[in-house]
This record gives sequence, structure tokens and C-alpha cells, in this order.
Amino acid sequence: MATFRIKRYNPEKQPEPYYEEFQLDIPQGATLLDCMNQIKWTLDGSFTYRMSCRSAICGSCAVKANGHALLACQRQASHLVKNGDTIVLEPLGNMKPIKDLVVDFKPFWDKIDKIKPYLQPKTRAPEKERLQSPEQFKRIDDSSTCIMCGSCYSDCNVLEVNDKFLGPAALAKAQRFVEDSRDGKTHERVKELSKPGGIWDCTHCAECVERCPKPARPFDRIKEVMTVALEERVTNNTGARHAISFTKSIKSSGRLNENTLPVESVGYFNVKGLFDLLPVGLRMLFKGKIPPILHKSIDDVDDVKRIFMEADKE
Amino acid sequence: MKFALFTGCVAKGATRELMLSTTRAAEGLGIEFVEMKSAACCGAGVLSEKTPLVADALNARTFAIAEEQELDVVTICSTCQGVLKKTECHIDSDPGYKKKINHLLEEGGHQYTGGKIKVKHFANILSTEEGLNLLREKVKRPLAGLKAAAFYGCYVLRPSELSLYEDSDNPTGLEQIFEILGATPVYYDSRTKCCGFPIVMMNKETSHDMAGNALIDAIESGADCVVTGCPLCHLSLDSYQPEIEKMNKKGYSVPILHLPQLVALALGYSPQELEMDKHIVSTARLDKILEG
Repeated sequence: MATFRIKRYNPEKQPEPYYEEFQLDIPQGATLLDCMNQIKWTLDGSFTYRMSCRSAICGSCAVKANGHALLACQRQASHLVKNGDTIVLEPLGNMKPIKDLVVDFKPFWDKIDKIKPYLQPKTRAPEKERLQSPEQFKRIDDSSTCIMCGSCYSDCNVLEVNDKFLGPAALAKAQRFVEDSRDGKTHERVKELSKPGGIWDCTHCAECVERCPKPARPFDRIKEVMTVALEERVTNNTGARHAISFTKSIKSSGRLNENTLPVESVGYFNVKGLFDLLPVGLRMLFKGKIPPILHKSIDDVDDVKRIFMEADKE
Repeated sequence: MKFALFTGCVAKGATRELMLSTTRAAEGLGIEFVEMKSAACCGAGVLSEKTPLVADALNARTFAIAEEQELDVVTICSTCQGVLKKTECHIDSDPGYKKKINHLLEEGGHQYTGGKIKVKHFANILSTEEGLNLLREKVKRPLAGLKAAAFYGCYVLRPSELSLYEDSDNPTGLEQIFEILGATPVYYDSRTKCCGFPIVMMNKETSHDMAGNALIDAIESGADCVVTGCPLCHLSLDSYQPEIEKMNKKGYSVPILHLPQLVALALGYSPQELEMDKHIVSTARLDKILEG
């Protein structure tokens, strides 16, 4: 017998959410969604959640189980009770609950809209279809697998504190158009995506990759957009300058120069940015934590320089 | 135990106390580290934004050097660990790519074979049965009464297929180490979250908010200190703690320790020998607990 500890919420009856426990024998091979259905059909008909296909295709049944987002139809319930006999079910995070496990997806869809999720072709529509080579399609294949379940959005560490961030789903979807061989707005897209709230606000935590039930792996896609932004020379922002300064430092010494990186990242002419660096800089100087002023190269740095040059030729 | 030590850049720069305490911990445990002085920066996941091929080539070069030394690589930074594992996985799973990478390495006299050496974080070598037994044997000053909150650092946990922790959503490696050192582990939700450091230049409010939430969570869970295996998390939680306090209009003053510092304290080294006085947040409040 397993305990399902479910976060219940019905503002029409009670303003605050509360937890309610249900006991259920998990049938062999049952998914979490099977168990949720069992609870709804046999124990409490008012238990509310979204579901449809039961085949990890529609993306409706994403919930938080034991603190992390997943598709309820894609996970064996027995796998979730391995460390005890309780499964805690909660609504997805970073979105407002409406009732029980149902949340308001409006901010999620608004952000998808913001990245213009449609093809903006270079040329007028041809008589027949626009062809892509298998290699060209491969560039956008993974992001095309996104089923908009919201799992990545739910567990994104940045969104927890900054709701202006476009978030992993929208940025992964953006990659699908940024790198589409048929799209004609690559430069405009990466320029827009390089603004605050875009790609450079991603903190690399890979929580989205971990929660994504498909091969879309949002963080990997975000990095691809970053690379395109740098190739397109959209560099008038801190994130791009940071990547350029980092690269320059490794190229010349094999190591990161922590003294030049902050200054080059905020920009030499960004007076406010440089001023903001002062308190932490002085504090570290006072404690003897400032990296050595004379930046030392690694041994055999010439080999590193050679690799950079060889790769450039490719 | 003998390993090739991949120091990473920050342990030789802004957190030199990490390098020193790693040396002390290794000395106390009888672990031999051979510093990889010709290994390049792992790229911290930033170099690969600009040039993924070079980032992978430089990391493959690091592996090739370790293969030549016939030593497993030990990292002391969660970011280095995660980035190196990502490269290893990418190259090992694509023979064509490996060939391309080796072509770039060839003229420098290096070749990456794959499968010959392992890449592990310092915490990983301590949390094996052999490592835990070694700790049990060498602890001279059990850290009784110290409530320590682990902060893992994203890169050693996610993506889970690259993590050396069996259950990366509920890792216990650091807590196991704490227990053997005599400290009491504090379990709290934020221990597996992001410290926000990667975006401290781009969006400092968001970055400080993320670090602040983790600190509050640790404090409210009863921690005397936070212990991390990542110098970048250390910078975020320690060096920027005054900014976080200012932003939240609250004083926290939670000491943030590097994992090797905690280990070396239990091995009998003094806080001064581990340069704990170099931290931005004073570690003095731990002295009373350690004196017992």
C-alpha cells in the first residue's frame, strides 16, 4: 500500500492549499497517471489534473512528483516510491495553480509567442515544398520534439526568482527557428534573444535537461543559440562579451584570467557596470583573494594556441 | 591512492585557499596528487558557447595527458567535473568526432584513446568505500556538534547521465563524508540547486536572489555552515554574501567552506592553515563549535 500525498487547492472552497493523503495499492506496471486516475475514479472524483494521450505525446499530464516535474504517464509509480512508501504530488512550479494539480499556462504560452514560433522565410513561397537536407533537419530535430509539457519551465532555477526570463521551453523553441535553414530572420532573432531575459540569463544549471521528457534538452539548445549569436556578431551585451573575453583568455594563456574577465564582460566604457564591480573587488583585494596580477600561462601553452589556430582553419 | 589533479582556474586564482586546503587534505590522507600543469582550462561551459570544437579538443588533450600519465583525473570544482564529463561523453559516443578531435591534437603529440582513465571529483573519491575507510582511519578531530549543509553545485548532478552520484536528485555523497568527519549533515531542498554564479555578470539581481534563497534555506534548516565542492558556488555564496544581505535587508553571516577545508579540519589542521581567514564571511563562529 502506497500513500499519495497530494497538494489540493480549490479557491472556491478554501483560499489556502492543503495536503491530502490517499492510500492505494499500486498495480504492477501502473504509471503514476494510472494511479491518479484510480484515485479520481474510486476515491475522490473532485481530484483535478490535466491528462489526455497517456502516451507521452500530448504533454498534458506534467506534474511535480517528489519535488520534480515529470510526465505522470511516462513514469512507473513503483519507481517513485523506492525511498519510502509516499509519493508527493504537487502542481508544476513557476506557474499559478488554478485547481489541485492544474496550473495557469498563460505565462508559458506568452513567452512561446514572444520568440515568434513560426517560419519567416527568406524568399516567397515556392510552388512546391521548401526542401531541407537531412543534415539541415538534424540541426532542428531535437528541439522539434518538444511537446510543451512545461516540465522544464516548472523546475527552471532562474524562473523561480525572475519571471521576466523567457525560460527553457521558449528558448529551445527559438533554436528551432534560429537554426532552420529555411528561416530568413536568424540575425534579427538572435539579436532579440540576446536582450535581458533571453539566452544570456540562463544559468547553465541543466535542471531543464533533467526534466525534459523528450530529446529537446533545452539548455543544449540555448547554448546553440548562444553560438549563433556570437557568429552573427551580436556582441553588444554582457553575456557575449563574457564568452569572448573567456575565449581570448584561454587562447592566450590556456587559463582563465579572472582579473580581466569581469571588466571585459561589463565593458570598458560601462561606467555603472564597472562601478558595480568595485565593492566585491575591493572586498576581495582586502582579503587577499584577488587573483595574481601577473597572469601566468599553463605549461605548453603553445600547443593550446596551435589548437585554436587549427580549429579556426576548419 | 595517486591521481592527476586538474586544479581548474579558480583554485589558482580567486579561491587559492581551495588549492591550499586540497593539498593539506591530500597530505593528511596520504593521497598523492600530480598537478596537471599543462592542462588547459575546461572552458567552464563558456568557451563552448564561442567554439564548441576547441572546448572539446582542449578537454580531450587533458584526458590524453592523463592517459600518458596512466592516472585517473581528480577535479576540485563541480563545474570542471561536469564540463570534462560532458566532453568525454560527447567524444566517446561519436567515433567520427573523436577522429576529428585527435586530428587537432596530433601535432602537439597527444592522442585521446578513451576508456583508459576516469574523471572524478574529489568528493567522489572520498565517498567510495575505500575513501570513507581512509577518512575513518585518519580523522583526528571529529567535528562533533557542527551542522554542515552540503551545496553540491549543478554540474556534478545534471544531466544525471554524466553525474557520478547514483541518485542525482537526492545525492548523499557529501553528507556521508560529513558524517564520517563527525559533523551532522543538514538536508535542505536547495542543496542541489543552482547558486546563480554563471549569470552574476549578466543579471546580478537574479544571481544574488538564487544564492540568497539557498542561504536562507540552509539557515532555516539549522546549518552552522555551508560546504561546497565548487569554487564558483563558493564565490557566489561567500564573496557576494554582503550584496545578498544588502538586497534582502538581512544579515546572514553563514560561513561557506570548501569541501577540502572541512576534511582537513577533521584531519587536525587549524583554520589558519587552511586560510579560512581569507573568506569574506568570517568563519570565527565555527571556532567555538570546533573547540567543543
